[in-house]
Amino acid sequence: MLELIDICYATNGKQILDNINLKFSDEIAVITGANGAGKSTLAKIVMGILKPTSGKILYNGQDITDFSITERAKMSIAFAFQQPVKFKGLRVMDMLRLASKQKNASLNAYLGDVGLCAKDYLTRELSGELSGGELKRIEIASVLARKAKVTIFDEPEAGIDLWSFTNLVQTFRNFQNSTQGTMIIISHQEKMIELADKIIVLNSGKVEKIGKKDEIMPTLSIKSCNGCGGNR
Amino acid sequence: MKQDELLNIVTDNATFSGAYNIRVNGKLFDRQTNEQVNIVSKKDNSGIDIYIKDGTVGQTIGIPVVLTSGDITETVLNDFHIGKNCDVTIIAGCGIENCSSCTSQHDGIHTFYVGENSKIKYIERHYGHGEGSGQKVMNPETVINMEKNSKMEMITTQIEGVDSTIRKTMATLKDGANLTITEKVLTSGDQKATSIFDVNLNGKNSKAKLVSRVVAKDNSHQDFFSDVKGNNDCYAHIECDAIIVNNAKVGSTPKIVANHPDASLVHEATIGKIAGEQLLKLLSLGLDEKEAEDVIIQGFLK
Repeated sequence: MLELIDICYATNGKQILDNINLKFSDEIAVITGANGAGKSTLAKIVMGILKPTSGKILYNGQDITDFSITERAKMSIAFAFQQPVKFKGLRVMDMLRLASKQKNASLNAYLGDVGLCAKDYLTRELSGELSGGELKRIEIASVLARKAKVTIFDEPEAGIDLWSFTNLVQTFRNFQNSTQGTMIIISHQEKMIELADKIIVLNSGKVEKIGKKDEIMPTLSIKSCNGCGGNR
Repeated sequence: MKQDELLNIVTDNATFSGAYNIRVNGKLFDRQTNEQVNIVSKKDNSGIDIYIKDGTVGQTIGIPVVLTSGDITETVLNDFHIGKNCDVTIIAGCGIENCSSCTSQHDGIHTFYVGENSKIKYIERHYGHGEGSGQKVMNPETVINMEKNSKMEMITTQIEGVDSTIRKTMATLKDGANLTITEKVLTSGDQKATSIFDVNLNGKNSKAKLVSRVVAKDNSHQDFFSDVKGNNDCYAHIECDAIIVNNAKVGSTPKIVANHPDASLVHEATIGKIAGEQLLKLLSLGLDEKEAEDVIIQGFLK
């Protein structure tokens, strides 16, 4: 059980998060909301990348507010970055081994889960020679490989093509079925939101709505944008 | 450190399927030749000539040097005469174990004559070790003469422990020749390293790729100078990446000169500390900061 109590975060005189109170059990929770609502900030606070200005984070009853990123990772909290990180000299297999903590693990399945063929990718460098979409999928694979109890995905759909995205939704569903842990997904995408057991809508740093998918989905204004053809 | 351990580090535990010449403390320690590869000491004992016959394929040839005591200063000239249509790997390098208060210095000048259509992989590793206050100095110089349509891949690595080094590489390429150089250098403490590259692309369709990846830690200082001249319809790409840790300093001074309208020359350089997002990613996998730094640096220099 992960619990956020009165979480506030301000930077440069601007209040980004304002008294957030949330509880996450073993479920898929999707946090959605407009750009600038504070979704990614909240995800980073859970992972320890950002420190809240005030408030507490409890994990299985233990106060982890002051725990480092490494300590949280060792407590089985994992985080998929919105922007995948490039490493010169580090190969895909090196990253997956670091993530899975298994020297001789079969890494093929992790890449298969994100629609990449292992023999084409394992020895490639995590650098500019891979496209943004490929790096993003490898970032997700590295987090799936951790098999953590709490897994946070910050806009996993960003930079991924539609075909891969459809498969990714199924991958997330399978992952949740196998780990039976807590999955927190930051997303704007309707298909990703449909995965949710619980939906949290943030607006201007506050929880605007929270509830089961069936309660919240009908209230979301996900409709085609006439101007750009995208969703809003 | 024992002589065998030093040799294994310098050669990366390679086994030589072809000829070899092992030099220890300024003298020939062991040599093997065969029908395709002959190794002959120079008359003044200043080095060796390695003769590789036309059409020699598949051999791995070893030319390592180790110094296991202080107060040795040597300059060694090794000339590689590589025939036409060869495809061989050459492993060289130097290891110095110096537990004394005197300087140990090895200056190796390797000159390559690469025959037409030959393909060479040249691996060179440098390593210093020893608790003594004596300096461990290595000044490798590589002169590369490439005939038509020859191909050479040079991978040169300064592993660690070299107090001072000036590394010079000069190359001349004829028509269709293709040269790739990857240099990786690690310095720490108060060590100093200077790399100088001078490449002349004289031949039509000649190509050169020069990649330098260096890590400078503590108070060490590295300088990189490259001077690449495109004298024909040719292509060159120079890439210099450096990571600085603590108070280290790194300088990169590129020079690319197009002396022909069809010469295409590219240079890119990046110098900086370890990127924050790289650290964050590895921390999020459960590594601590020291482990994360090591993974990034080892990967960068791999």
